[in-house]
Amino acid sequence: MRPRRFIYDRLYFAFTFAAVAIAVVPLVAILGDVAYKGFAAINVDFFTKLPPPPCFLGSKCAPGGMGDAIQGTLLLVAQSSAIGIPIGIVSGIYVTQYGERNWYGSSIRFLGDVLAGIPSIVTGVLVYELVVIPLHGYSVIAGSVALGSIMIPIVSNTSAEALSAVPNSLREASHALGVRNWRIALLMVRVAKRSIATACLLAIARITGETAPLLLSAGISELWYAGQGHPIASLTYYIFYYATSPYNNWKTLAWGSALILIVIVMGINLAVRVATRTKKFYS
Amino acid sequence: MNRASFTDLLFKCIVIAVASAVIILSAIYFYFLITGSALTLQDGFSFVLTSTWNTISNVYGVYPELWGSLVTSAIALCIGVPISIGVAVFLSEISTGAIRSAFSFLVEMLAAVPSVVYGLWGLFVFSPFLDAYIYPSIERYVGYLPLFSCPANFSPCSFAPVSVLTAGIILAIMIIPIVSAISRDALLAVPSSQREAAYALGATKSEAINMSVMSYARSGIIAAIFLGFARAFGETMAVVMLIGNAFVVSSSLFGPGYTLASLIANEFSEASSPANLSALIEAGLVLLAVSFTASFLGRFMIRRFIRGREASSYA
Repeated sequence: MRPRRFIYDRLYFAFTFAAVAIAVVPLVAILGDVAYKGFAAINVDFFTKLPPPPCFLGSKCAPGGMGDAIQGTLLLVAQSSAIGIPIGIVSGIYVTQYGERNWYGSSIRFLGDVLAGIPSIVTGVLVYELVVIPLHGYSVIAGSVALGSIMIPIVSNTSAEALSAVPNSLREASHALGVRNWRIALLMVRVAKRSIATACLLAIARITGETAPLLLSAGISELWYAGQGHPIASLTYYIFYYATSPYNNWKTLAWGSALILIVIVMGINLAVRVATRTKKFYS
Repeated sequence: MNRASFTDLLFKCIVIAVASAVIILSAIYFYFLITGSALTLQDGFSFVLTSTWNTISNVYGVYPELWGSLVTSAIALCIGVPISIGVAVFLSEISTGAIRSAFSFLVEMLAAVPSVVYGLWGLFVFSPFLDAYIYPSIERYVGYLPLFSCPANFSPCSFAPVSVLTAGIILAIMIIPIVSAISRDALLAVPSSQREAAYALGATKSEAINMSVMSYARSGIIAAIFLGFARAFGETMAVVMLIGNAFVVSSSLFGPGYTLASLIANEFSEASSPANLSALIEAGLVLLAVSFTASFLGRFMIRRFIRGREASSYA
């Protein structure tokens, strides 16, 4: 082996390793900064109180927290999951149980992938036109519809993937026993329930961090939940709103909200990772 | 028809109806964005060629925003794609076992960070860092190029916390997970006979990767770039916080700009007239058309060229 080729080989490896380092450094930096700056904002008030008024230099700062935003985020995620998860799973059942080999099933799968790639703010525009304008204002229901429709293609495709990982022998055995198609479909869901649950959790983690569609659907409010027809606060909207404000106490709360958000999202991802590693779904 | 097969048929009909949601959703996006922007859509292509955004005389054009979206996406791809390909090669060809799964996980976690957190971190941590340590040296050495010239005409050059370049660099970080995951899948789908053939000719590992693995995986990597572009083009929150939101086409990347997504995010709640609203919906339509096309082409190439396992579907 000539030395130059050998050196080139080493340089090539060094480049790929450097690329990985460049990719991982921002992650570590973001997590570190959010943990460090966010921790300063976390106390009991943060979870129980409404947002404080802006604090000017030299004036006395009123205590306050992000209680309404935490409430709003939990409510929006719960309601949009109630829309997105059932539709997504049923769509996944269709794709694997009936549409495995026909054009309709494969176009649902394909469009699901394509839809997952369109910007979430476009969903916001659509919901603004279809829900916000008819209801004359931002509302909890609009926010749930926006996040729910982002969830549908994600859950549909990941649960289809989970269902098609069920060994075909199970399906064939059921057919051989004369089990009806619809019962087989539900049986497959039961067999794959762990990985479907994983898929749903990841979709929940994904929409918990969504901000752009909420700007045009749920809006923002500085009060507790007041009904489905009223706007509602969310952690993500508040991060945007407070980070771009000139007040220091608001900026601190933005970091605190980012910490809570990261803990939720990363917590789900880590839990899913650990759960899928320790136990095989089908053995 | 007996009762059991009736239940079967009913179940099938219900499942088909619900599963159509994905198809209907795709149709709804285009239908309502086109009907919602009818007022300004009739002016045709002048919408993307005009640089005025005047809510009083109702003249709307998104040329600066479209340009800004393209420039930030281009920066993101120029920086993000080489890094992503390096990551993909490392994860599929070089590392094995625990190292591979640990670094795969870390890179995937970059996709899990919410985009508004990228914006927050970019605004308060990353942008001050770039302004203090990176941009001054770029300006000193290549500042004679208009792209890297000082945005304001005084010396020493001062850098704003918001600029097109900062937004582009954050976008580069944000597209690494999707581009590297799909490139990795493309590389993993290369049959080992390709590598063995290169080794048989006496190639080193890097030569084998360059000669036979990369050429085999090329379509998959191009698909990954398309999807990365779709992601960068439509990204909203990080960009709206970092680009400065100015209606200008500035020649310097250190200057502020605007993108289609950040225009929508900023202006929607202040839409003052039907024409204004229609123009904003049309901006959404342009965004949808471009990213849908890129996403469609990317997914199509993945379907066509990466056989075997489905590419990771997280976005």
